Amino acid sequence: MGLRGDAAIVGIAEWQPERRPTVPPIFTLEQWAQLTREALADAGIDPSEVDGICCTNIRESDSFVPSTITEYLGLQVNFAEVVDLGGASCAAMVWRAAAAIELGLCNVVVIAAPSWPSPRPPNPPTGASSWRYGASSANYGSPQAEFDIPYGNVAQNCGYAQIAMKYGAEYGYDPEALAKIAVDQRVSANHNPAAVFHHVPITVDDVLNSPMISDPIHMLEIVMPCVGGAALVVAGKDVARRSTHRPAWISGFGERVLHKTPTYAEDLLSTALIPAADQAFAMAGRSREEVDLISVYDCYTITVLMTIEDAGFCPRGEGQPFVREHDLSFRGDFPCNTHGGQLGFGQAGLAGGMSHITEGARQLMRRADGHQVMDADLAFITGNGGLMSEQVALILEGD
Amino acid sequence: MTDASPERPLPTPIDRTQPFWDGLREHKVKIQYSPSSDRWVFYPRSHAPLTLADDLEWREISGEGSLYTYTIARRPTAPDFAGDEPQIIAVVELDEGPRLTSTLVNVDEHEIAVGMRLCPVFEDVPGAELTLLRYEPAT
Repeated sequence: MGLRGDAAIVGIAEWQPERRPTVPPIFTLEQWAQLTREALADAGIDPSEVDGICCTNIRESDSFVPSTITEYLGLQVNFAEVVDLGGASCAAMVWRAAAAIELGLCNVVVIAAPSWPSPRPPNPPTGASSWRYGASSANYGSPQAEFDIPYGNVAQNCGYAQIAMKYGAEYGYDPEALAKIAVDQRVSANHNPAAVFHHVPITVDDVLNSPMISDPIHMLEIVMPCVGGAALVVAGKDVARRSTHRPAWISGFGERVLHKTPTYAEDLLSTALIPAADQAFAMAGRSREEVDLISVYDCYTITVLMTIEDAGFCPRGEGQPFVREHDLSFRGDFPCNTHGGQLGFGQAGLAGGMSHITEGARQLMRRADGHQVMDADLAFITGNGGLMSEQVALILEGD
Repeated sequence: MTDASPERPLPTPIDRTQPFWDGLREHKVKIQYSPSSDRWVFYPRSHAPLTLADDLEWREISGEGSLYTYTIARRPTAPDFAGDEPQIIAVVELDEGPRLTSTLVNVDEHEIAVGMRLCPVFEDVPGAELTLLRYEPAT
C-alpha cells in the first residue's frame, strides 16, 4: 500500500515572514501567480509543464477555487484539488500531489499557500469577521456556535491549554522542558536569516517569565502570527531528474482526521498522529533511527512535545525527559524545526504549515544556509490542523 | 465569572437541540440516548455517532460529572469575553460518558484539579429566555 517514492519536491518559493507587512496587500490570485513563478524558476521547470494544482481557499472566490486559479494562471490541468485541513493542509497537499503523479494523472503539480494580506474592498461589508472565534464556526446550526462559543471555548490558545493540562494530569508537567523546546528552536532561528526572530535569542527563564496566557501556556510558547506565503513544485521522476536541485523524494505519508473541538475527542491524549506516523514510516520502509531531522508542526510547545512522542521518537509520557536530554537545535543530536519552527521563524497563516516542508526539502537539498544539518538525507515532517486532531505525516528522502 | 450579559455570544437553538435547552430552562439536564448502541450522546444530533442509529431519545440525567480537563484563560478568548478573565473553561465528563464544554463557577483557582467532582449550576441569562449550564465543585 502506498507511494513508491517516485515523486519529489523539486522547487521552493518562500516569502520571508513579517510581523508587519512592508509591501502593500496583494490579491490572492496575484500571490498564486508570483509564488508559482518563483517556485518553478527555482526548480528550472517551465510553466507550460504544470498539469496539476493543489490549493486552499482564496479570498476572491468562495467556491470553484481551482478553476479560478487555473484560469488566472492560464493553466490546463489534469488534477485540481482543494484541501481544508487547517495547519495540516500543506502536508496534505504534498501527498495528494505525489499520489496523483504516481497514478499517472499528472507530472508537475504546484501547491501554494498565499498568506499575504489582500486588499480590502472600498466599501467593506459590515458584521463580525468569520474568524472572530478562531476556527470555531459561529454559523447557524454549527455545534460550536451552540455548545462551545457561548462558554468562551474558542480559538486555539484555550484548546491547546486544555490538552497541555490533561497531559500534565496524566504524565506530570515540567514547564522547563516545555520552555526548552522554544529555546532550542530559537537557536536555529538565530542562525536562519529568514526567521522573524533571527536577531532575538531567548532563555528558559525568558519563556517562563513571559505572561501566562492560558494555563499552563506562556506567551513565548505560542507562535508569532505573521504574513508571508510559500509554494512548492512536486514532480515525477523524469522531470525531477532534470530539475535544478537534489530532489526530496516523497516516500511515505499518513493522514488521520478526528474531531474539531477537544471536548468531543475520544481520548485527548491519543492523537491522530499516532496512526499517521506509523503509516508513513511503514510505507517508506524506514525506521525512526534513520531520521536525520524532524520538521514538525509547532503552534505551541506542547504540540512539539506530543508530536515527538506520538511519532514514536520516545515512549508516550517520556517526552519531557527526552527534550531535556537532547539538543533540538540544527547542530544538536535531535534536530527539530531547524528553520526555527513557527515559534522562531514565524507563522504566516497556512504558509506556516508549509515552512516545515520547505525546511525539510531545503535540508535534503543542502540549501539551509547557516543552519544546515550535516549529511541530511531523511526528514520526518508533520502538519497539524485544528487541535492535534487533523494530522498528516510525511517522509522525505534524498537520493 | 460574571453573569453572561446580552453582549456575550448566546446559543441559537435549532429544532434538533431544543429539548436540551428546554431542559435547562427547567433546571434539568436532558441529553440523548441510543438504545441500540446503549450509548449516551452529547451534543444533540440526528444520528448516533459511529453506529449512525436513528433511535436517539431524550432522557433526564443528574448532570453530575468530573473535570476531564480545563484551562484558565488570562486573556479573553475572544473580544466578546473581555472583562470575564480569568475564564475557567472546563471540559466536563458526565457520569454517563459524554463530555461537554462549560465554565467553572464558585471555585477557588487553587482548588481546581483534573478529575474533581462537579455538579451543575443553572444560569438563567437575564433578558433572554435561555439558561446556560455551568459547573461548580460538588460538596
